[in-house]
Amino acid sequence: MENNSKSQSRRKFIRNGVRASLLLSLGAVSVSALRKVSGDDYVWQIDPFKCTQCGRCATECVLNPSAVKCLHAFDLCGYCDLCGGYLKPDANAQSTAAENQLCPTAAIERRFIEEPYFEYHINEDLCIGCAKCVAGCTSFGNGSMHLQIMHHICVNCNECSIARVCPSDAISRVKASEAYNVKGDFTNNSEA
Amino acid sequence: MRNQLNQNKNQNCFGLRIPDIRHKLKYLLFTFAFFLFTFNLSAQKQRFPKPEFDTGYTQPTPVTPEPRALAMEYFDVLVLLLVLAAATYFALKSRSRQGILWLSVFTLVYFGFYRNGCICSIGAIQNVTLTFFDPAYAISLTALLFFVIPLVVTLFFGRTFCAGACPLGAIQDLVVVKPISLPKWLNKTLGLIPYLYLSLAVLFAATGTDFIICRYDPFVGIFRMDAKFLMIVLGIAFLLMGMFVARPYCRFLCPYGVLLSWMSRFSSRHLTITPSKCIQCKLCTHSCPFDAIDFPTNEKEVVKSGLGPKRFITYALVIPLWIALGVFVGAKSHTFLSKANQDVYLAELLIAHPELRNDPDNIDVQTFLASGKPMEQLVSEATAIREKFYIGSMIAGGFMGLVIGMTLLNTVVFRKRQDYEPHKGNCFSCARCVDYCPVEK
Repeated sequence: MENNSKSQSRRKFIRNGVRASLLLSLGAVSVSALRKVSGDDYVWQIDPFKCTQCGRCATECVLNPSAVKCLHAFDLCGYCDLCGGYLKPDANAQSTAAENQLCPTAAIERRFIEEPYFEYHINEDLCIGCAKCVAGCTSFGNGSMHLQIMHHICVNCNECSIARVCPSDAISRVKASEAYNVKGDFTNNSEA
Repeated sequence: MRNQLNQNKNQNCFGLRIPDIRHKLKYLLFTFAFFLFTFNLSAQKQRFPKPEFDTGYTQPTPVTPEPRALAMEYFDVLVLLLVLAAATYFALKSRSRQGILWLSVFTLVYFGFYRNGCICSIGAIQNVTLTFFDPAYAISLTALLFFVIPLVVTLFFGRTFCAGACPLGAIQDLVVVKPISLPKWLNKTLGLIPYLYLSLAVLFAATGTDFIICRYDPFVGIFRMDAKFLMIVLGIAFLLMGMFVARPYCRFLCPYGVLLSWMSRFSSRHLTITPSKCIQCKLCTHSCPFDAIDFPTNEKEVVKSGLGPKRFITYALVIPLWIALGVFVGAKSHTFLSKANQDVYLAELLIAHPELRNDPDNIDVQTFLASGKPMEQLVSEATAIREKFYIGSMIAGGFMGLVIGMTLLNTVVFRKRQDYEPHKGNCFSCARCVDYCPVEK
């Protein structure tokens, strides 16, 4: 009987020892992680200056349609009549006719302001983030149209499935308090 | 921008041997800036300046909706704490299966369908790993808390997290219809997969390659009601399988379950089947859908066979061999595993198929070529990553060897048990057995 209780207490001792060491190692892991912890949360965002408009944002997002949308930085826009982001390069006419539009979903609305200026407005519900207009605007215009991850749509996956396949590594984690890289902002920021 | 300019300055320095190099540099800088503004689209000047409108047009500002508020993320941590506390209370104190059941419904709705299965403790393993291996990455406090809190609670009260606070567990627990009991050898063998999954997940996260736990989460597509076809099929397959083989993901895949099971084995308190003394009625034995109830041991039989100590020593001596085998397999497989890394893949592709440089449809290759990054740099980066994979997969292989050796050793360890008890490592504290026990307090 005495022998039995001895083995019991020995087992208890081992158990307590292991528990203490597990707790210690958990503490060590959390303390060393805490040393570089960030109180802010992270979200994913595209760096428009790195983006090469490959078109994967439209196809690789876990959401369908993608949480990546074209964002129009009006500050940079030239309000051109002949818009490289709106019209196909070989468009028949500078009009809103469907066959002239570059956007596959007709998500860009063209509004006349005054001769010869037009405002281009992105209809977010229609935009699929294919970056066709971004490529057009970037190669022929000011580059005011660019892709951004829209955070009211994005589900903030632990690892962005677009970032994994982005050929130019343009998508990275940014602080949630500075969740967008809007191109227009860069004009005021000399450090950029 | 400034960095770019400086770099350019340095590059242009090499060709010049004139005393007033400063002036030349200034000139070069201006030329460069001119080119930059004209051709480089990241420049801050516009090709077509913004017009001045006469009609009083006001320019709209781009809409940038804010992400989910940080306070809400901390609210999630609070909900996790509350749910864990409730699950622990229901499992250990009030011993109520009903309570756990409704709690898992809540978890499924909140963490599953409302929070879309993200943030979750299982995936947080990778964030913690990446924090240690990527100097540029700092884990967010919420992710760290989601990783640590369930482990600490499990260390004291058993796996109550699995019972009520994990949305993946909840969705599987609710579809259990007619669980079948798997043979012990199959249970043990399949039970090795989580260790492999964990070591691969840590390996891929540490090398900055991929978050495989999140990418192959079978239920996240169901929570979001939207996913790739294959993932939806996988999720539904898991649920259908889960009707008969209860909680297949938890038992045979979940990498976080490995850590929880370590904690739970040494927990100070744990769910008990009976509130007082076991009367050996065996009613509970059929209640557990997870084969997690250990039967009383038959001491006579073990003693009679006389194989116990001999086998134990043999199996213990074989463990180093298992580890060596694991290291060997890991070292052999590191080339294959490293292919999952995009950089390594691209470098290998370009070396093996140089003709792809002329393929306009290969986006990766074309982007790489257009970026102007030299091939040597890509190769050296890929080599560095492969080196990490070499070490990492040897460690992972050694770990797997140790796990296999220990699992085998455990099969010959004789533990005295007089009553029907839950297996502390495997029990999910779902409290089904509690319902079956006729003993009153």
